[in-house]
Amino acid sequence: MPRYARPSTPDEAIALLAEGGWTILAGGTDFYPAQGARPIRDDILDIGAIEALRGIREDKGDIVIGAATSWTEIVRARLPMAFDALKAAAREVGSVQIQNTGTIAGNLCNASPAADGVPALLVLDAEVELASTRGIRRLPLRDFVLGNRRTARAADELVTAIRVPTASAAGRSSFFKLGARRYLVISIAMAAVRVETDLQGRIARCAIAVGACSAVARRLERLEADLVGRPADAAALGVIGERHFDGLAPIDDVRASAVYRMEAAREIVGRALADAFGTTAGQGVAA
Amino acid sequence: MSFTPVPIAFELNGAPVSVTTSPVARLSSVLRDDLGWTGTKVGCDAGDCGACTVLVDGEPVCACLMSVAQVGSRKITTVEGLANGSLSAVQEAFLRHGAAQCGICTPGFLVAATALLERNPTPCEAEVEDALGGVLCRCTGYRKIVEAVMSAHLPDRYHNQLLPDAGHAVGAALPRLDGRPKVTGEERFGADVRPADALSVAVIRSPHWHASFAFGDLEGYVAAHPGLVAVYTSRDIPGENRFGVIPAYADQPALADGIARFRGEAVAVVAGERQAVEALDIRDFPVIWTELSHALDVASALGAKPVHASRPGNVLVAGVVERGDAEAALAASHMVVTGEIETAYVEHAYIEPEAGFAAMDGDTLVITACTQSPFMDRDDTAKVLGLAPEKVRIVPTATGGGFGSKLDLSVQPLIGLVALKTGRPAALTYSRAESMMSTTKRHPGSMRASIGADADGRITGMVFEGDFNTGAYASWGPTVAVRVPVHASGPYFTPNYRATGRAIHSNGPISGAFRGFGVPQAAVMQETLYDELAVTLGMDRLDFRLVNALRDGQTTVAGQEMESGVGIVACLEALKPVWQRALAEAARINRDDRTVRRGIGVASCWYGCGNTGIPNPSTIRLGITQAGELVLHQGAVDIGQGSNTVITQIAADALGVPLAAIRIEGADTSVTPDAGKTSGSRQTYITGKAAEKSGRALRETILRAANVSQAATLSLEAGAIVVTEGEARRRIELSTLSENAHGYVLMAEESYDPPTVPLGPRGQGKPYAVYGYGAQIVELDVDTRLGTVKLVRITAAHDVGRAINPLLAEGQIEGGIAQGIGMALMEDYVPGRTENLHDYLIPTIGDVPPIDTILVEVPDPEGPFGAKGLGEHVLIPTAPAILNAIRDATGALVTRLPATPSRVLAAIRGRG
Repeated sequence: MPRYARPSTPDEAIALLAEGGWTILAGGTDFYPAQGARPIRDDILDIGAIEALRGIREDKGDIVIGAATSWTEIVRARLPMAFDALKAAAREVGSVQIQNTGTIAGNLCNASPAADGVPALLVLDAEVELASTRGIRRLPLRDFVLGNRRTARAADELVTAIRVPTASAAGRSSFFKLGARRYLVISIAMAAVRVETDLQGRIARCAIAVGACSAVARRLERLEADLVGRPADAAALGVIGERHFDGLAPIDDVRASAVYRMEAAREIVGRALADAFGTTAGQGVAA
Repeated sequence: MSFTPVPIAFELNGAPVSVTTSPVARLSSVLRDDLGWTGTKVGCDAGDCGACTVLVDGEPVCACLMSVAQVGSRKITTVEGLANGSLSAVQEAFLRHGAAQCGICTPGFLVAATALLERNPTPCEAEVEDALGGVLCRCTGYRKIVEAVMSAHLPDRYHNQLLPDAGHAVGAALPRLDGRPKVTGEERFGADVRPADALSVAVIRSPHWHASFAFGDLEGYVAAHPGLVAVYTSRDIPGENRFGVIPAYADQPALADGIARFRGEAVAVVAGERQAVEALDIRDFPVIWTELSHALDVASALGAKPVHASRPGNVLVAGVVERGDAEAALAASHMVVTGEIETAYVEHAYIEPEAGFAAMDGDTLVITACTQSPFMDRDDTAKVLGLAPEKVRIVPTATGGGFGSKLDLSVQPLIGLVALKTGRPAALTYSRAESMMSTTKRHPGSMRASIGADADGRITGMVFEGDFNTGAYASWGPTVAVRVPVHASGPYFTPNYRATGRAIHSNGPISGAFRGFGVPQAAVMQETLYDELAVTLGMDRLDFRLVNALRDGQTTVAGQEMESGVGIVACLEALKPVWQRALAEAARINRDDRTVRRGIGVASCWYGCGNTGIPNPSTIRLGITQAGELVLHQGAVDIGQGSNTVITQIAADALGVPLAAIRIEGADTSVTPDAGKTSGSRQTYITGKAAEKSGRALRETILRAANVSQAATLSLEAGAIVVTEGEARRRIELSTLSENAHGYVLMAEESYDPPTVPLGPRGQGKPYAVYGYGAQIVELDVDTRLGTVKLVRITAAHDVGRAINPLLAEGQIEGGIAQGIGMALMEDYVPGRTENLHDYLIPTIGDVPPIDTILVEVPDPEGPFGAKGLGEHVLIPTAPAILNAIRDATGALVTRLPATPSRVLAAIRGRG
């Protein structure tokens, strides 16, 4: 007979995880669809009752989002403008119904190449906090999601929070989701950007990430570097070139061709940047 | 092994409940199965459709994605909790706006809308769309749902609206008569009727496209799983293990016999107690597969080993329609254009998966299930199970969408077999994946055509060849092969013509009936070529169509002289002002070179109502009981399109009684005569005509009994009919009359079969007695750097002859357009890859633009009160009008549907 546990504190949860063999159930929005009509035979650790995993707080200037915080809570939270991209992504996760139960850590742990939350968190330089009886560790998000459906979480670890460093909670951000219909759609491609400008209106720092165009959403560091120092205006977009997208490895599938994804990625990165520059209303969704 | 049940308490619709169940059970199944609240529907079990939306502490969630343990001590509201004695404002609004058609998605919409309206009683359109974007509807096209939610705050002017007086039902824009249970959650669909003591049935299906198979130790399997009762295979089928909607082509086994010909084909059923079956992982079932070679598309199937030995070359049927000399006409034409179009498998994607239960009533097998065609179900199930047709009774439940696929058998022979063998009720609800992989699809079409015109823009001739992938079994493939050549000219006068349509077997999903039987695919071919002709000739695209539109007195490509009632000119004329306005706007918008370009497209349709040159009668019975109750045996299954309302409106006016006097008896085969299948846009016309005849016949009987003239008026009172003519007032005491075998003291039962002439060898004849016509204009924006298409507005002019119910007619138009949008832009069923509603995309509430409907009424002398069919016509023009508009915007024609952003951009870049 499979085991079921519904702990109310993180400590209880990690104590159980140390026993091994658990499947973690949080919002259920990925768990149940993956289950399909098959009976559930796994041992289920239901973390839905752990209040400490919910909500958004500040810790030494970092913004800490509890692992089991729902997308709706993120949409409704008061957060700096740097989080606008994350909020925009949150509004595009499935539907309102999914946003009400689906959790931010669940989106990361599910590790879909098209996870809506990942590009926006990448541009925030988010870190993933993992707890186990062995202790607490933090991994940059890019080191946490390893591949399609693969993460660095050990079987005995619980993701407890997503942490955005103070330094990265700055600037303006924007998110662009491209899908074949308006709602309830898996992305063909996504772009998130965050731009900090200096007093002269030049790009001081910027972060750019593209999702659904590689097994794991990627930052475009070379483009970021090439943009720094330029005025944050339409002319800056002129530097965007094919070479900046070398790190992407889009695939052909039912949603789009690889060629299309590559071309679309460049286009939506440009639009998201333009929006973050404030030069045009490029943020949004296209379907 | 399953989880130890735990007690869980929460508040449900204001009252405390507690249940002891598996803590990881889905809330949806606990609500429905453990607590009996079936208003919450399950459409996908994956959060993709939103039908199961409930409120948890006021917030909408998908009950199928929430473990019941997570709702402990929280407050749950389901659709049953929305009404408080009387309907809530939004429930009322759904009724009066026609926002519920089949009703399967309605609970989800109402619950999600309630959460929105609590926060924001006067939402704008965008707010409504954002709030309801997580619920899919396949019937309505969403526009009436948006209207209903936006107007829910308005005072309910219709609350006490009286039904129309005698003689005024036809033409009244009434809310549907059967709407109330659809908004309260009381409606019972196929999955909602399961008896508590029913066995569950699980179906073992082929995971391969083509495979032979052998079973392992089935008895051992049953013995090893306590609670299982039996496994049945093809060896257990008592009758002829071969069914099909067209008897001459019946070829599909209820359970495959040694060879599975497509992925998803049923090979065995497992019956047992509910818990035991639900605990099964059917991947453990003892069956050994040996994969065989397969062909999935037409190109490879044509050269492959036949799927059925009796059908060489995999050609199931080739239909042809030939008139004049098409080749010679093209050779002599001023201009000829040629093209090719490929369309995809399209899934019906009704939100209700197939479901029902079977039980023995004495020696009669009673099947209570969703369906479009109760008598066909009866006869085919009886054949498979070796029973006389009268020993099978079909009791249709409410049907949560059909669109053609619920014409074919699905659960019926499987649950029937279990009930027959075990003597116990047996229930089966398909999972979404099962529904998608095992039931029929729209035929993918590979089409080529050439059309010629003279220098004045008159069509000289057309050659059309279409191959349609009909999958592993015949289903409605022959119908597609025949209907397409009859219709591929479009509603245009085409003096020289040769069209062939072939249904080609493959190991792909079975293609069957889907709203239009191949005509929507063919219309894409013809209408895109018409645009090319018009543009090349320098003619206005609408004018070009008007020049060629079929007119009264002309002869169709099938040799039918159209004496009257041809309404395509009226439809195109009605669109002219919109066309001019839209073109002017587009020119203004496109003046600046912009990334986003406006495009305008137009396309037409015609469609013959009913079967093609073969009989398809409907019978309607009207009876009056001794107590004075008037009963309409309404056998035209209402799958959401509105036949319960429309047929009643016709019967009321034909008889001359107020609508409110009629009680409807449904399409139960044991109590209601056969009104044929809900298919071929035939119910309003054919069953409507039978209802009209029946109403008039009953009226005649009453008037004769009262010895008065046709001018008399009737009214029903308790135990009597009062007939009034001028000063004269006669009272017929019903107690003095004797009851007939049906329990009526007065009764009329009339049949109607369209007067058609079968098609000859060259496809000439009189295939249909009535046609409907239409044309649509699409305005859209193409993002030329992303290939995305944003629909701006669609204007639809449809000639319905006479709109029996304009509100429901509009609902059909909007819903058909939504399906046309899906076919044009996103729907691509890839066998084995898109067996769910997140990889298979249908339009959401944000994908259907405002739709303006123009109801054109060119009466048909044959149809009841002049009415023509409408149900399928409405989606035919949409896809070609969209493709034409994309080409208008960008210069690029997408030749492979759907026109996804990827394909649109490829076409723009010349990669198409």
